[in-house]
Amino acid sequence: MSAVLASLIARGFFSSEVVGVALLVGTVVAVVSGTVGVFTVLRGQSFAGEALGDVNTTGGSAAFLAGVAPLWGFVAVGVAAAGAMELVGIQRPRGRDLATGIVLGFFLGLAALLFYLVATLHNTTGAAQTVLFGSVFTVSSSTLPLVAALGALALGTVALLYRPLLLSSLSAEMAAARGLHVRALGVAYLLALAVAVALAALTIGSILSTALLVGPAATALRLTRRPATAIAAAGALGIGAMWLGIVLAYDSYDWTSGRTGWPVSFFVVSLIFLGYLLSGLPGLIARRARDA
Amino acid sequence: MSAPREPRSGGELRAGTGEILSVEGISVRLSGREVLRQVSFAIRPGELTGLIGSNGSGKTTLFRTILGLQPAGAGRVLIDGRPRSRRNSLIGYVPQKFLLDPDMPLRARDLVGLGLDAHRLGIPLPSRARRARIDEMLQAVDAGAFADSRVGLLSGGEQQRVLIAHALIARPKLLLLDEPLANLDLRAGREVVELLAGIAKERGVAVLISAHEMNPLLPVLDRIVYLAAGRAASGTTAEVVRADVLSELYGSHVDVLNVHGRVLVVAGAAEDSGRSQTASHGHDVVVPGLEIVS
Repeated sequence: MSAVLASLIARGFFSSEVVGVALLVGTVVAVVSGTVGVFTVLRGQSFAGEALGDVNTTGGSAAFLAGVAPLWGFVAVGVAAAGAMELVGIQRPRGRDLATGIVLGFFLGLAALLFYLVATLHNTTGAAQTVLFGSVFTVSSSTLPLVAALGALALGTVALLYRPLLLSSLSAEMAAARGLHVRALGVAYLLALAVAVALAALTIGSILSTALLVGPAATALRLTRRPATAIAAAGALGIGAMWLGIVLAYDSYDWTSGRTGWPVSFFVVSLIFLGYLLSGLPGLIARRARDA
Repeated sequence: MSAPREPRSGGELRAGTGEILSVEGISVRLSGREVLRQVSFAIRPGELTGLIGSNGSGKTTLFRTILGLQPAGAGRVLIDGRPRSRRNSLIGYVPQKFLLDPDMPLRARDLVGLGLDAHRLGIPLPSRARRARIDEMLQAVDAGAFADSRVGLLSGGEQQRVLIAHALIARPKLLLLDEPLANLDLRAGREVVELLAGIAKERGVAVLISAHEMNPLLPVLDRIVYLAAGRAASGTTAEVVRADVLSELYGSHVDVLNVHGRVLVVAGAAEDSGRSQTASHGHDVVVPGLEIVS
């Protein structure tokens, strides 16, 4: 058993502090993304999730300029963008994508300026790579308390509002008829989404964060019949992709001659995609069998 | 939940006397257009009432006003003799066109459970009492067989049963259904109508069903509220579905025909003789109750 493990996992994996932090952060982020992501798919708000992820590009570059931890930038700008989307009109079903797109456009314009400033003031282009594609190996252990607090905030919001949120996601009309505050629920959810996406951006980069948000959730929704089971499955799938991705990225240091290793985000996102494709197989086979 | 405050025997004593819903002189304007004008009617426990009107006659607006989702310019709505509270726990509601994606991970019993406690915070703890109450409700609407199936995979008639269970499980006194027959075939529609008639009689619930076609409902309706041109006429079917009453309501002459037990409302003939037949073409054919397919 240990021989098999040794052949899969390169030496020094378990004694590395960087790996330890990465596994811990990866686990928290996968659970938060899976939980919030199931509602993202149920509510049909993948575009809002994608936009809030892209907006983190702005937050990341701002944090770089200000010299603070990137997560602060992700959360601050993400929450501001979520607020702007709400004000522009994300609560109206027809104006939803429009509001999201308009806010996204503005914030990405801001990112263009900030990256320009980073490049001229700091004379570096590495910031863009880190912000856009991230690396869970660069997360500092001093960020752990903030990761835990934000994770608890997003999970707590969804757990507290679980039933009203579920009904309003299925039918805003039915929820409103029961006296639920549908708009307030939408705002609370959007804020939880901004926090979840900021955490995902920290681990796999701002523009890849939707993959972690929507991928495991969409896979889980295919495999389960109940919302609670879907949330548990999405979290488990996210953790699996995270851990295996970290192992493969660590191993990849030995694959390349320069001993630089491939980006961990590549492995995580590829595994999520693979999982989604595989989850479609049972249904495909069943359809084939029925049609034959 | 609210049981201790309101003993069930009290409800039964009032049955047949008090009015569960009274709509008093409701007028609603939507973007400058007067959708409802001085609409008044009342319904009592155990009665099945049909809200009949063509598409765009204001049925959904009237429902939204009763539910408190649409403010009225004039008039008031009383639920069980009192102005409606925000929590609306006395009203169960089944919206029009509730279509769930087949991929949605939601079993019939999950949706019914949300009818019980969707307003509560926190994650629902599994309890034997909760499960028993959901099972009992599913049996009552004859949906026990597909309690554990995904709602999105059920047929239109099956989904209607689950939605009725969702609306009914919190023991409301008034059940509103917006076009429940719209997407059903004849047989499924008849089964749903019979189920609703049973619910009204056995549980003493006041049931208000909207429809653009009255014939499937006629055998079971106790009363009818007919909406046309923003105004309403209400009473028993015999009192309302008459040429003079409906002509007055439409503001133009209509005929009410009885063909093989079906009621047809036909408009256009004697109205506005100055206009040519082609000009008033849109008027000519369609009035609720019409079954003629050209």
